Amino acid sequence: MGNIKINDRDIVVPGETLAEGMDFVPGFGTYRDGENIIAKNLGLSSIRGKVIKLIPLAGRYYPKNGDVIIGRVQDIMLGGWMIGINCAYHSMLSMKEGTSEFIERGADLTQYFKIGDYVVTKVMNVTTQKLVDVTMKGPGLRKLQGGQVFAINSNKVPRVIGKNGSMIQAIKDATGCQITVGQNGFIWLKGEPAKEIIAREAIDIIEKNSHVSGLTEKIKGFLGNQVK
Amino acid sequence: MNAELRDHLIKALDKGIRFDGRKPDEFRKVTVETDITRNAEGSARVKIGDTELICGVKMGMDKPYPDSPDKGNLMVNVELLPLSSPRFETGPPGLEAIEMARVIDRGIRESGAIDVKNLCVEAGEKVWGVALDICTLNDDGNLHDAGSLAAIAALKSTRYPAFDGTEVDYKTHTDEKLPLSAEPIEVTVYMIGSHLLVDPTAQEQECYDSRITVAFSEDGTIVAMQKGGMGELSIEDIEKMIDLALKKSVELRKLLG
Repeated sequence: MGNIKINDRDIVVPGETLAEGMDFVPGFGTYRDGENIIAKNLGLSSIRGKVIKLIPLAGRYYPKNGDVIIGRVQDIMLGGWMIGINCAYHSMLSMKEGTSEFIERGADLTQYFKIGDYVVTKVMNVTTQKLVDVTMKGPGLRKLQGGQVFAINSNKVPRVIGKNGSMIQAIKDATGCQITVGQNGFIWLKGEPAKEIIAREAIDIIEKNSHVSGLTEKIKGFLGNQVK
Repeated sequence: MNAELRDHLIKALDKGIRFDGRKPDEFRKVTVETDITRNAEGSARVKIGDTELICGVKMGMDKPYPDSPDKGNLMVNVELLPLSSPRFETGPPGLEAIEMARVIDRGIRESGAIDVKNLCVEAGEKVWGVALDICTLNDDGNLHDAGSLAAIAALKSTRYPAFDGTEVDYKTHTDEKLPLSAEPIEVTVYMIGSHLLVDPTAQEQECYDSRITVAFSEDGTIVAMQKGGMGELSIEDIEKMIDLALKKSVELRKLLG
C-alpha cells in the first residue's frame, strides 16, 4: 500500500516526492521515478482520487492543443511563417492554415503577415518532438492591428481572465480598452494612452497578488479610484 | 521594425506619456552595486528597471604597443550574452556589441579618466593593461547607459593586485586604487517621430528613428559622442538632445557616490 507524502493544496517544489507506491498515478506537472511520484514544477499539489497533479505557480509557457495564444511573426519560410510564442519552442503557421485565400506560386507572403506582426492564433498540434503547429482558422483568430503587446507570467493568465472572464471584463469596462489575453502570457492592449497605463497597472497588480482571494473586488475598487 | 507599434507609441508620446507610465525624460529605477566579485580587481552590477549587466576590471602585465611605449593599455569588451535576450546569438561579437564597446571605450579614453602614462612600469617593456569586460544579464533596453555606468563604477572600485616586479599575484589585492582623473557618464537620447526620450525599454528601442550617445565629464564637458539609427537630425534637435542628456547625466552621477 502506497502512502501520500503531502496534503491537498500544499506548495511543493521541483524534485519533491509527492507519493510512494504504485497505487497512485502521476498527473500534469508530475512524473514517476521508480515507485515514487515527483513534482516537476513549483506549484500547488492537487489530489483527485488516485491521480496526483500539480497546479504550477511558476515556469514558462508550455503549449497545449487548443490554446488560443498571441504570437509574433519571427521569420517567413518557404511554406509559411515562423511564430514566436513566448516559449522554448518555435511554432509554424503553414500557408494553408494562415489564410483561406488562394496563394499563387511564388507570391510574396508578407502581404498576409510581416515580420514583427502580432497574431492571435490557436495551437493545433504539439508533436512529441515539440514541433508546434498553429492555425489562423477559427473564431477570433486574427492579425492584431495597432496597440501594444506585453508579457506576463503565463501561469497567472487564468487569474487575469477571472471566472467566466469577470476580471478582464471589469478592466475592459473601466478603461474602455480592447484587451486580448493569450494563454501564453502575451496580452494585447489598445485604447487611450492614459487608460492603457491604468489597464496595465491593474494587470500588474493581479499578477503580483494572484494568490489573494477576493481579488476581483479589489481590482474593481482600484479601477474605480483610477478612472474618474 | 513594427510600424504599427511605432504609431501607437507616438500617439502616447503626443500625450506626454509612455507605455509604462513614465514621462519621456524619466529613467527607470537605477541601482549601482560595486565589489560584487572576488576575482576581478574591480567590479560593478547595474540595474535599470529589468535591464541588468555586470562589469569586471582585470589588471595584468602587458607589453606596450610599439607606437606608445610609455603608455598602459586600456581595453573594453562587451558580451551580449544569449541568456539576456532572444536577439543575441553565441559566437563572435556582432555589430551591436562592437559599437557599444567602442562607445564606452571612447568615453573613458577621451575623457582621460585613466592616465595611461601612470600605468607604465618600464617603458617599452612592461605596462599595466586594464581590461573591462561587460556582460549583459538581461536586456530590457538601454544597455548603452547601463554599460557605461557599470564601467565607471567598476573602475572606481578597482585596486591594483600585488606585483613584485616580475609576477602579478592575483590572490592578494593591495589598497592602492586605480587613480581616475575624470568620471565620464554616458546618456543616450532617442528620437521617435518628433519626440525625445531617454532610457527606452526593449519595446521602445525597437522602433526609434535615431539616437545620440553623449559622454560628459564632471563639469559637463562633452568628451565623446555617437550617433546611431537611420533617421536624420537637425542642429536644433542635437542641441535639445545634448541638453537633455546633460540633465540626466547629473542625475546618474549622484548614484556613483
